[in-house]
Amino acid sequence: MAEQVGGLTYTILDADKMTAAEIYGDVLTQIGGQRPEIVALSADLAKSTKIGKFGEKYPDRFFNVGIAEQNMFGVAAGLALAGFVPFVSTFAVFVSMRAGEQVRTDICYQKLNCKIIATHSGISFGQAGTTHHCTEDLAIIRSFANMTVIAPADGFETAKAVQASVDWKGPVYIRIGRGFEPRVYTDDKFDFTIGKAREMRPGTDVTVIACGTPLVGAVDAADFLKKNDGLSVRVINMHTIKPIDREAIEKAVMDTRRIITFEDHNVIGGLGSAVAEVIADLGKGCAFKRVGIPDEFSPVGYPDDLYHHYKLDSEGIIDTVREVMGKEFEEDEDWQDEF
Amino acid sequence: MHKKDSKSRDQLLDYLDDKAEWLRREIIRLSSIAGGAHLGGGLSMADVIVAVYYYAMNLKQGDPTWADRDRFILSKGHGAVAYCPVLADQGFFSPDWLNTFNNLDSPFGMHPDMKKIPGCDMSTGSLGHGLSVAVGMALTARLDKKSWRVFVLMGDGEINEGMVWEAAPAASHFKLGNIVAIIDRNTLSLDGPTEEIMAIEPIAKRWEAFGWRVFDIDGHDMGALVDTLDKLPPSSDPTPTLIVARTVKGKGVDFMENNPIWHYAGLDKAKSAEALTCIGNCRPKRRT
Ligand SMILES: Cc1ncc(C[n+]2csc(CCOP(=O)(O)OP(=O)(O)O)c2C)c(N)n1
Repeated sequence: MAEQVGGLTYTILDADKMTAAEIYGDVLTQIGGQRPEIVALSADLAKSTKIGKFGEKYPDRFFNVGIAEQNMFGVAAGLALAGFVPFVSTFAVFVSMRAGEQVRTDICYQKLNCKIIATHSGISFGQAGTTHHCTEDLAIIRSFANMTVIAPADGFETAKAVQASVDWKGPVYIRIGRGFEPRVYTDDKFDFTIGKAREMRPGTDVTVIACGTPLVGAVDAADFLKKNDGLSVRVINMHTIKPIDREAIEKAVMDTRRIITFEDHNVIGGLGSAVAEVIADLGKGCAFKRVGIPDEFSPVGYPDDLYHHYKLDSEGIIDTVREVMGKEFEEDEDWQDEF
Repeated sequence: MHKKDSKSRDQLLDYLDDKAEWLRREIIRLSSIAGGAHLGGGLSMADVIVAVYYYAMNLKQGDPTWADRDRFILSKGHGAVAYCPVLADQGFFSPDWLNTFNNLDSPFGMHPDMKKIPGCDMSTGSLGHGLSVAVGMALTARLDKKSWRVFVLMGDGEINEGMVWEAAPAASHFKLGNIVAIIDRNTLSLDGPTEEIMAIEPIAKRWEAFGWRVFDIDGHDMGALVDTLDKLPPSSDPTPTLIVARTVKGKGVDFMENNPIWHYAGLDKAKSAEALTCIGNCRPKRRT
């Protein structure tokens, strides 16, 4: 899908100077030049979410509704009904909870072409505390029928997701962090297809499945464990949470029989749960562990400290992989006969 | 410490201005510890919160759970940096705690958390919730036949939220004259001027139409604040009160005043020092 919107001019050099959020702001602005049907909305967070970049270029197609998120999603629905493609951005916590019902009923039920960029998700807004953390959105939003849910890992992938979402039918929820997260990709020369996971590192001993910010730690951890422990860790970037790439998960079960998920979200209902659902459907034995926020309200702290606290940085991921590899796991030689 | 019994009005106003100056200095100091803070809205609300906490509210120094205390909800929760020092100064916890601001597991972050901060009556940060909670608290006071009041401080941008306009008629419908809402009318929200983003004027007329008594005053004039707080009806009154406090975002630090880029910002050493000098220079003239 990404090829359909061409001619982007942002360069790696630009990207070096820009946060993830700024990259997507630029990309959206460029796509806006080719697609007059794109409109953008913000609720007094045009600057914080960077959707304001679009507004500066196309003031007639940009609506700042003030601090009124429920109203914003209703307005977006009205625009989408007439054939416009609204890109709507606010903090994840206000999309999924403050305006959750407007998103579900006004947008998803009608399967409207509304693209949502939910920023500051998970614990990425550390110092802002519980009211601004959002460790519930994947659970809530992926249960809305018709919704596509994407959690890109860095600025490049966010840009790809934004491009891909333009021509994707129906509502799309793109969940990003605060925008200052470290980069996973070194450039934009990679394929991004909605619903198709990416293998970041091949491996045969254990599979780590991650999305969003923890992915960078997962990749580093795999490299470290290969060098120091001789472990072959497969790392899968499950950027699309819905529709989830069942094949990649099933293959990981068969190939490695050990799976660990890492996500910046409550362990209930997010990536780990989505992966567990696929494993359970498959009916094959597999050592499995979910790492995320352990069903509690996350405390105040700088983001790096919080990621460390919840074992979502490379150090924590290394610990968890070692722990899972150290556990007895009864391999059943006949497991191909099961079912 | 309550100063209702001050010898003279001038002494009282000087005392309150001193507190406001101290609070502004605390905001700057804490922003350095915290690596940044909501400076603009913190500085704009400083005089208002000082007048409310040190003059209007019925509190017991050092006793954050006293049952008959007046309640306060910082509905514009991002003003925590201008709120937590006041709670410490009321003796609810040691001021040393404030030095952990924003660090892992600190009671203090950008937004106040009632489960961690003694004297904080409600956790806030998501805008628009405070007035509804105030309605619930005020109903409690009625049910318990108590005369305490609920003060609630909102941002002007905050009143864009629909929830505020669900709570406003509820307060008058339930005849909750024990609610005192204040709007920190600094004319800016995060992206810029409220009247350009989503107009909220005429504020007074809108609230009057919802059944409220409205005072529209200069929110940096301690005399005006005290006079208005003196005019509050008894808490048994059927009409809720709104004070529109006309303020300046960034008040007291001239390079921050009326500039939305200071909504949230960090200061290096030099800028901090400059800000503190401004605060000293901007202090209202002493009366005594
Ligand atoms: C429901 C909600 N939406 C958005 C935000 C993000 N936000 C924090 S402060 C702010 C601007 C607030 O403006 P105002 O109420 O005027 O406060 P002040 O200018 O006094 O800081 C916004 C949009 C939030 N905290 N809550």
